[in-house]
Amino acid sequence: MEKNDKSMITKAIGHVSFVMRKCLFGILSIGPVPAHIAFIMDGNRRYAKRHALHQDSTNPGSGHRVGFKCLISTLQYCYEMGVKYVTVYAFSIDNFKRDPQEVQSLMDLMKEKIDELLTEDSVLKKFDARINFWGDLQLLSEPVRLTAKKAMDMTVHNKGPVLSVCVAYTSTNEITHAIEASVREKQENAPIEVSDLDRNMYTAGCLEPDIIIRTSGETRLSNFLLWQSDFAHLQNPNPLWPEFSLRHLVWAVLEYQNVHGYLKKRKGEIEKNK
Amino acid sequence: MIEASVIASPILGVVFCLLHVIVSLVHTWSHLVHQIQCLIISSGLLSKYQNINLNRLRHLAVVIDSEDAKNKSKVHQLLCWLSDIGVKYVILYDIEGVMKKSDKAYEKSSANPSETKCMDFAPNMPLIFDMFGMTVEIISYTDGKEAVAKGANYLCSNYLKNQDDTLNKLGPKFTEPDISSALKAVGHDGPEPDLLLVYGPARCHLGFPAWRLRYTEIVHMGPLTSMKLSAVVKVLYDFSKKHQNYGK
Repeated sequence: MEKNDKSMITKAIGHVSFVMRKCLFGILSIGPVPAHIAFIMDGNRRYAKRHALHQDSTNPGSGHRVGFKCLISTLQYCYEMGVKYVTVYAFSIDNFKRDPQEVQSLMDLMKEKIDELLTEDSVLKKFDARINFWGDLQLLSEPVRLTAKKAMDMTVHNKGPVLSVCVAYTSTNEITHAIEASVREKQENAPIEVSDLDRNMYTAGCLEPDIIIRTSGETRLSNFLLWQSDFAHLQNPNPLWPEFSLRHLVWAVLEYQNVHGYLKKRKGEIEKNK
Repeated sequence: MIEASVIASPILGVVFCLLHVIVSLVHTWSHLVHQIQCLIISSGLLSKYQNINLNRLRHLAVVIDSEDAKNKSKVHQLLCWLSDIGVKYVILYDIEGVMKKSDKAYEKSSANPSETKCMDFAPNMPLIFDMFGMTVEIISYTDGKEAVAKGANYLCSNYLKNQDDTLNKLGPKFTEPDISSALKAVGHDGPEPDLLLVYGPARCHLGFPAWRLRYTEIVHMGPLTSMKLSAVVKVLYDFSKKHQNYGK
């Protein structure tokens, strides 16, 4: 009986939170809502250290597990707000330089969480979202690569918002890959144009990000979406990624709304001159 | 229902405006704190800002909104400050190439014009000259993606020339050093800045060459019209204390 009471209270709180979020997002949508937000999820390891989470040789990924929970809630808020594209920087090619045990733990966690995202009660299912994996997937271990491919195949026809996960990714690797593809398909006497490179990027078909958020206060992009970020509002809030919450997301959108007119004007001027 | 929405809409609108008023108040407060910090730095009370270690700052980039960049005296003032502080290499960027067209103004107003060596203005190429012992490179939007396309064409023509090579029969295969070499061959091989200052209304790099931004620290400085030497000093000091993992 007690368990039933508790689950009813939890459900009721969930409903009330949902209604309050709907009101809040309704207010935000009076101004421009970003169509694409990208996240550099920085700070998982520092969070684990700060909170003395169980982080030893048997479980080097504890901070990343907490970070994944934050990703799920952030995705939910973004999709409820009407953000069509969310891109996350999950694993850089540079991250392969980390301790092999940590890399393996991250690969295992990735496979586990991709499988979780494909279950019936996941946020992807709830919003009929599509998932992409962008990067040099050949660098991933076979189980992870196959799981990623399975996830992309299973969601390719979904009509809802899009989650793009950059894994084994760097921008310079993406540009190199796009140049290779452009050279491969080049026709006689036709020079390679910027539009050819755009078409061969992993991100082809996706809108450019309106906001790129790097948590934990760091100010660099670390080789993430450099080609696509010409007119993105770059934000670097201080909270570590597992601390990033609804109020930080709302603040990010308000900040974006402040500069949206300026960025739209600059982007329009360049597109006019093309 | 219609009555409810007629009442609700203005209320939502008021709450929306209130939220933005709160954002403005927070910005005003941050600006005030920043002004006080700049005042303290310019007073010379804190010795740590007097001798900044610039060993890690090999190249500094400055992105300036093109409207602000038309203010040549401000840009020149900024270059003078950076030279006095000891910066050795500055990359100036504005999206429309306003500063490329103004380079002669910087040459004429330097203390000893014979110390500056200018190339002729070419809209699709970087402009490099010396000023007060500091190398100044001026680039614009055409030095970004279009330069990468030029590099791609360079690689492509080499690839097609060597089609008979056994390796090439497997299809084109390039590495990142190949791309860097190609960019060098087409005249777009500028260095990667360690730090990038953005002068304008928003923290946005406005199309700065992507290939050169991998690990660059990007800092928003506000409008060029309200630039302060002490603000530049603070940013350089904070940069000197930064630590990067480079993915590790």
